Amino acid sequence: MIRLHHAYLLAGALFAWAALVALRRLRWAAFLFWGILAVALAAGDRIREDVMGGLVLALAVLATLGLKPSRAPEAPARRLGGILVLPALLIPGLTLGFVLGLRPLRIAGRALLEPANATLVCLALACACALAAALVLTRRWPWAAATEGARLLDAIGWAALLPALLATLGSVFSACGVGGAAARLVGMGVPSGSRLAAVLAYGLGMALLTMIMGNAFAAFPVMGAAVALPLLVHHHGARPEVVGALGMLSGYCGTLLTPMAANFNIVPAALLELPDPNGVIRAQVPTALALLAFNILLMYALA
Amino acid sequence: MKPLLGILVVILGFAVRANPVLVVAAAALVTGWAAGLPLQKLLALLGSAFVRNRFLLLFVLTLPVVGLLERHGLRETVRGKVAGLRAATAGRILILYLLLRQTASALGLTTLAGHAQTVRPLLAPMVEAAAQRERGPLAPDTLARLRALAAATDNVGLFFGEDIFIAFGAVLLIQGFFRDQGIPLEPARIALWGIPTALAAFLVHGFRLWRLDRRLRDREDMP
Repeated sequence: MIRLHHAYLLAGALFAWAALVALRRLRWAAFLFWGILAVALAAGDRIREDVMGGLVLALAVLATLGLKPSRAPEAPARRLGGILVLPALLIPGLTLGFVLGLRPLRIAGRALLEPANATLVCLALACACALAAALVLTRRWPWAAATEGARLLDAIGWAALLPALLATLGSVFSACGVGGAAARLVGMGVPSGSRLAAVLAYGLGMALLTMIMGNAFAAFPVMGAAVALPLLVHHHGARPEVVGALGMLSGYCGTLLTPMAANFNIVPAALLELPDPNGVIRAQVPTALALLAFNILLMYALA
Repeated sequence: MKPLLGILVVILGFAVRANPVLVVAAAALVTGWAAGLPLQKLLALLGSAFVRNRFLLLFVLTLPVVGLLERHGLRETVRGKVAGLRAATAGRILILYLLLRQTASALGLTTLAGHAQTVRPLLAPMVEAAAQRERGPLAPDTLARLRALAAATDNVGLFFGEDIFIAFGAVLLIQGFFRDQGIPLEPARIALWGIPTALAAFLVHGFRLWRLDRRLRDREDMP
């Protein structure tokens, strides 16, 4: 069975290569940063949890110690023209093909792909196949591709760590009851008599709490228990399916507005080499605010 | 209200523009301390949560392919192809991408596209080339603005497509939440209520992209 673990090994190998590239240039902070990430990816589930926690803090400190990439001069390479688009399109194309073709496949009674993580496994498989195609086309060795990957990784820098770190913060928040406390704060300020006030508090609260937590999934149970259920559903008789769906979508508007949703907002700014790390958020503000207003109005009209 | 200290750290940290990684780590430590967790327990919580969430780092698997193809001229090739297509304006390319991304996400195919696998190697160079044909060489801030809009379009398409998909996590989360409160709901009925916002997202964002073309054509300043 092809499992998510194999994808972790592959990604760990890339981080290890990035660490070696950094070591060759005597960039110690970068060497340790990518090295620890390589270990965390490939063997994170075998390391004692509190030791792993210490490593996470070490990563955070290393990230602030100047991971600034040393811009290597771009060596000219053979230009190949239109055929290059093919491997690039293979990633989405094969992901789709594998999801449809391989996911249901069973060999000797066992699923070929780990069922719980099938789409991520399909993405990893598609990347591996596209890489093979790209290597054949460009007639380069695998380590050339690893070096190119390490170059892009260097350009992304600490932003690569942020999504997983934020998800970690989310876990700490929920383990320490942060959401409940925030919801009590919101709940205290809402007059129970006004339907409009309840809808506004819920919609805006979902967006704001999502901005703070970086994730609408984390905000929904909190705001649901604090405002949606007691005030909207029980007190004002709103329809729960409408309240649930539109509340979640109000949270998504918050996701478009916050650096805490790093994988959507900060990582692409680094990937696209934008001068402003908040550039993607700025481009999303008008859309997000218009849709938030739409969601709240719709909820008031229909729920 | 002591658990909220961590949120305060996050808000203050972003307000003074400290390194986000440091802010987040500090917020986790402060939250655990305020909740009275012993250090070893807090570290174990951090470690196990990080390991559970490391799938968020798997986007790096696309980088060797993308890096290798870029070194051999992928972006220049894409630019060259789009520059020859007169009908392909920056706004139209982005609107088409928005439509495809939303449709694919609504069918549950969220990993089909993304910032690393499609926006950087394909979408951004297409949009740049199309804008360049309208407007000549682009100023650095116009270029940054176009790339940011490409990333934004991917996000909008993803977010406001996936909520229509019945088996998507958000729909199941909503269903589970109300089921635990003794209110049984059909997932399909929850997903149905994602459709109006999905249409609104396409219209609102599509309108902005349509205006982008007019701005580029009239050589107005970029917003």
